[in-house]
Amino acid sequence: MFKILQKAISTGIVTTAYPSKPVKISEHFRGRPSFDFEKWQDARPAEDVCPTGAISFCDDGDSRKVTVDYGLCVFCGLCAEASADQAVRITQEFELATADRRNLVLTAEYTLNADGTHRRLRALHRDFSNPAADVERVGQTAREKIQKLLGRSLAIREVDAGSCNGCELEIIALNNPIYDIERFGIHFVASPRHADMLLVTGPVTRNMEFALLKTYRAMPEPRLVVAVGACGISGGIFGANYASLGAVDKVLPVDVYIPGCPPRPQALLQGILLAVGRLRETRYDERP
Amino acid sequence: MKQVNFPLFATFCQKFGAQVQSMHSERDDETYLFINNSDIRDIAEYLRGEFEARLVTVFAEDRCSTDGVFFNYYVFEQNDNPQYLIVRAPVSADDPRFPSLSAELPAVNWQEREIQDWFGLTATGHPNPRRVALHDNWPDVHPLRKDFPVDTVLAPFEGERHIYRPALGEGVFQVPVGPVHAGTIEPGHFSFAVAGEPILYLQLRMFYTHKGTEKLFERLPIHKAVFLAESVSGDSSFSHGTAFCQAIERAAEIQLPLRALIMRTILLELERICNHVADIGAIANDVGFVVANAHATRLKEMLFANNEQLAGNRLLRGMVCVGGIRRAWRAWQVDSLCDTVKAFAREFQDLVALINSSESTRDRLDHTGILKPKIAKDLGIVGVAGRASGIDLDVRRDHPYAAYRQYPFQVPVYQAGDVWHRMQVRIDEVKESLSIITRATDQDLNGEFRISVPPIPRNRCALSAVEGWRGEIIHWIRTGADNRLERCKIKDPSLNNWPAVVEAVQGNIIADFPVINKSFNLSYSGTDR
Ligand code: SF4
Repeated sequence: MFKILQKAISTGIVTTAYPSKPVKISEHFRGRPSFDFEKWQDARPAEDVCPTGAISFCDDGDSRKVTVDYGLCVFCGLCAEASADQAVRITQEFELATADRRNLVLTAEYTLNADGTHRRLRALHRDFSNPAADVERVGQTAREKIQKLLGRSLAIREVDAGSCNGCELEIIALNNPIYDIERFGIHFVASPRHADMLLVTGPVTRNMEFALLKTYRAMPEPRLVVAVGACGISGGIFGANYASLGAVDKVLPVDVYIPGCPPRPQALLQGILLAVGRLRETRYDERP
Repeated sequence: MKQVNFPLFATFCQKFGAQVQSMHSERDDETYLFINNSDIRDIAEYLRGEFEARLVTVFAEDRCSTDGVFFNYYVFEQNDNPQYLIVRAPVSADDPRFPSLSAELPAVNWQEREIQDWFGLTATGHPNPRRVALHDNWPDVHPLRKDFPVDTVLAPFEGERHIYRPALGEGVFQVPVGPVHAGTIEPGHFSFAVAGEPILYLQLRMFYTHKGTEKLFERLPIHKAVFLAESVSGDSSFSHGTAFCQAIERAAEIQLPLRALIMRTILLELERICNHVADIGAIANDVGFVVANAHATRLKEMLFANNEQLAGNRLLRGMVCVGGIRRAWRAWQVDSLCDTVKAFAREFQDLVALINSSESTRDRLDHTGILKPKIAKDLGIVGVAGRASGIDLDVRRDHPYAAYRQYPFQVPVYQAGDVWHRMQVRIDEVKESLSIITRATDQDLNGEFRISVPPIPRNRCALSAVEGWRGEIIHWIRTGADNRLERCKIKDPSLNNWPAVVEAVQGNIIADFPVINKSFNLSYSGTDR
């Protein structure tokens, strides 16, 4: 007993202050790849190396539409290595959670030179027509749901719908003394009947489809669904195939998406707090 | 093609010469033996008896369009012999049956059934030939056949669900658990038959996370497939990534620079330590020693931060590549690694002392979940679980890869086979790993760390093995055109080891199931792929 106490005292408090204070992470950490679309001479090398198709393009005569989907990104950094001119840079940004799947998608339209390189950036947009109205609508429904939830505490039921267990490792880390999610009144529960939020990982395999639906149906209303990781958002490297549906929102209505492969614990925390209206979305804007 | 040099080859030829179609070595440690389908039972029995060979894995390949047949492969290894012997037997497309070995070798039970599900071949004489990877409600499809496109969208399943063996007898109850469990763990279904508290037997239903991984390997170009390999089992990202890259390097005969090999060794050992320390904490936690777990998770966090410093990712993803390692470390990164290892070693000692000082923890773990050495051997158990039950196997020592030849180390082996000793193996291995890392970082980490990779030649086969933290990982590939693969077989140690869990829980109380299961800590995703 004495030994245990001695060890506890000598260890001291180790819990992080995130999110009230920004987190110090290694400069080597690979977060969101950022694109200088004006400067980007050629999307093809990046598309060629991108393992999940997060970068894709479609040519039509002398114009090219490039799509970047952070929902598919596994943050490997290959696009930055492959692109000249430092037009693609790996940042340390990880707070990418959003209530709207379309917020994770950027589209750039280029006019092309004869050799297929970019001559001019014609347009750059997020993939939806009226961003302002949309954010408002999503915000409203989320708020209504949360008001109905008792107080601001939250019970989470986690379901692995076919992940590689990478996301589980980071979700479990939320309970360790460093991230200690219980300090927010958030805890993981065993039964979906006690849960306010379903935290789903994996591309939703055909073998898990039924169990996932059953778990969701067992939850009381109102209920939130959070899709975790590249696989949960878009199928990630697995995509949709004979054994995988390729996204949680193919089966359930999703309230918040948390990118990452896997999302680091702070990113999970940000997404969960966002879903219950205790944090706002972080905005990144690639507009020049 | 190289000269065959498998010991006792002469005796083997005397007995089976007439049945062997050909025999050749792809490389020094990988010999192929081509036989007839109908001879496999005799040959397997002979190899296991006379050669004391162990059947490592069984898998199939669809070669109908090129050779007009399917091939089954049986990988064997022998004690004190760094070679793998790979026996290949054709299975005709017109009569798609092959003799099952599962009755004698429970280790290949699921692997043979996988072949049935994925390729539509029948394992004749299989003791339990029901569906395994594709659940019972799937339509009649065989996704790993070449004529089945990977992105086929199947209609909603209408078939009947799995029917479990009923628990019979007075006072015997069936307790179904899963696939969604109480904690944050992967999905699988456990059906316990209990008489009061003690567990009579356990039925398992896995493959809930089957996501078409092996088939996907046939579509992705090799440099992208590395990331798929890293996603076979998240906790073994670096081991699976390395096993995959190593397979390609072997097929293409690429020699890596020493620096790359040493860096891989360091990263492989870091992955082992991260997982072992987490498991040690989790085992203590499951018997109520929460404080030990708090320290263990803190230690793991320390390593994860270090992983990020070294690899840019907490799970060490995006670091391994075909041809070596993606980024070299600067001197300060290596220094900080050494500091972390030192600090970790000190704290780890404290953690072990803390656990050893708790009599109640030892009480709960001793004699709990026993897997007897004899049974472990019959079941073909590998890795940590095997070593706790007398199975003296370690790929790092038996089939050295990366830079392991340079760093001799002890392989802990115990006979008791209970939860305590599975934890003890982990404790011993962490100490060995720390010593390997210290010796490796003492060396000059200079020179080339990545070499440019020539176009990968077509139609080459290669087997690659890595001792992941759980145990033996096998990747087998056949290269194809356009920088792609024709086939990639992945065998995670979890696939061998599930029968050990079934065995170890028998006679224990159901309340001890979580800690017994945790002491194996098998990967569902690695099993299901
Ligand atoms: S960092 Fe993301 S966008 Fe860039 S190549 Fe990797 S997966 Fe694709």
